[in-house]
Amino acid sequence: MTRRRLVLSVNGGDHEVWVLPSDTLLDVLHDELGLADVRYGCGEGVCGTCTVLLDGEPVNGCLILAVQAAGQKITTLRGLMGPGETLHPLQECFLRRGASQCGFCTPGMVLTALDLVRRRGRPSRDEIRYALVGNLCRCTGYTKILDAVEEYAGQAAEAAPAEVRS
Amino acid sequence: MVAPAFEYVAAGSYDEAVRLLADGGDEAKILAGGQSLMPMLNLRLAHPELLIDISAADDREPSVEGGMLVLPALTRHRVLLEHDLVRRHCPLLAAAVWHVGNVRVRNRGTVGGSLAHADPTSEIGSCALATGAQVIARGPGGERTVPASELFVSYWTTALAESEIITDVLIPAGRPRQGWSFQEMVRRTSDFAIVAVAALVELDERADTIAAARVALAGVADRVVLAGPELLTGLTGSTLAGSILTGGDDAADAVAARIAGSLDPADDVHASGDYRRRLVRVLTARALREAYARATGAVA
Repeated sequence: MTRRRLVLSVNGGDHEVWVLPSDTLLDVLHDELGLADVRYGCGEGVCGTCTVLLDGEPVNGCLILAVQAAGQKITTLRGLMGPGETLHPLQECFLRRGASQCGFCTPGMVLTALDLVRRRGRPSRDEIRYALVGNLCRCTGYTKILDAVEEYAGQAAEAAPAEVRS
Repeated sequence: MVAPAFEYVAAGSYDEAVRLLADGGDEAKILAGGQSLMPMLNLRLAHPELLIDISAADDREPSVEGGMLVLPALTRHRVLLEHDLVRRHCPLLAAAVWHVGNVRVRNRGTVGGSLAHADPTSEIGSCALATGAQVIARGPGGERTVPASELFVSYWTTALAESEIITDVLIPAGRPRQGWSFQEMVRRTSDFAIVAVAALVELDERADTIAAARVALAGVADRVVLAGPELLTGLTGSTLAGSILTGGDDAADAVAARIAGSLDPADDVHASGDYRRRLVRVLTARALREAYARATGAVA
């Protein structure tokens, strides 16, 4: 197997990488680019710890090949943060509500919840539950995560009308 | 675990993909959304030497032509769930896809990939059977149409030839006086179905008694299963007045019991065969009554 040169657009910057055709996007983001916020959990698309946004949509980093992601905008949790690693408002909500304990699931939770709020505006608690069903958390029991997402959706709805939010 | 090494090629068209697949023989696999194949690779349940990515082979959208809902095979689950034409012309499928995977899986997984994967617990496969869907398969010799009722052979095995690719899924568009229901039992939302039942009921012109019914089941055999007409006797000409949840005195229970009795589901780690048979009985009766209620307009 020969390596191929790819340019991946990650969190707003272009990165040249040499990958095997069988390398997953997760392999390359975590092992080659050192993005510790994209994590191997199950390798089956069930747990959500390798979630990244591909052109704004949550996907399983473990179930997509790096070669398939070239030419698309990849966003990891880090890509949501402001200059100087200031927290995204949704991360602030997670902190305030105690929605993160060991933190392993948090990047996937935050990216998935953010996609939901962008698409649905102010989702019901059941809609939040349904959107996050594929993100497993072994610490919090989920209640505080739902609280955090609900709080953020409320804030975001007040801050901007649905069509302006991106 | 990580996948074994393989080569990768992106096909720009179905014809190119068919050619690559024919050249690759046993060692080549088609990659569509990758939400079933990639887990199998990561778990080392499959060892292809070449993946042929068809994601860029087609960019058509769902359409309706000649009374058929035409779903390009690369239509993603999320589109099935949300697309206006799907919700209008096959609400059964849109409702069933609610149960498929999670948001990430639905963003990538495709309707053609799901059918070609032929999982015996497939929600989409059971809907294809219940609606009388057909797939268009393209191979080196051209295209042919395969009815869903002939597509599924056994666990993860279809009637497609080695170098055939599904390009389209054709579903008869819903008609007036038709009602549908999708019932599924899982331990956690998004799990593989323990048992799922897809039902369509069509009323006669007076819009009260049943003119035709179809019932398909997932999780009960080595493939998704369509109940034969001999199992549905007693439905035609009848009304189903019983409650969807608590039942009642109508033909649904007898038909459900007959379907359950015709099946011999295997025991596995998720459920015993006996439990699955019981679920078939309960969920089929519910599905028939709900589909009937929808057809009469009593339920939205």
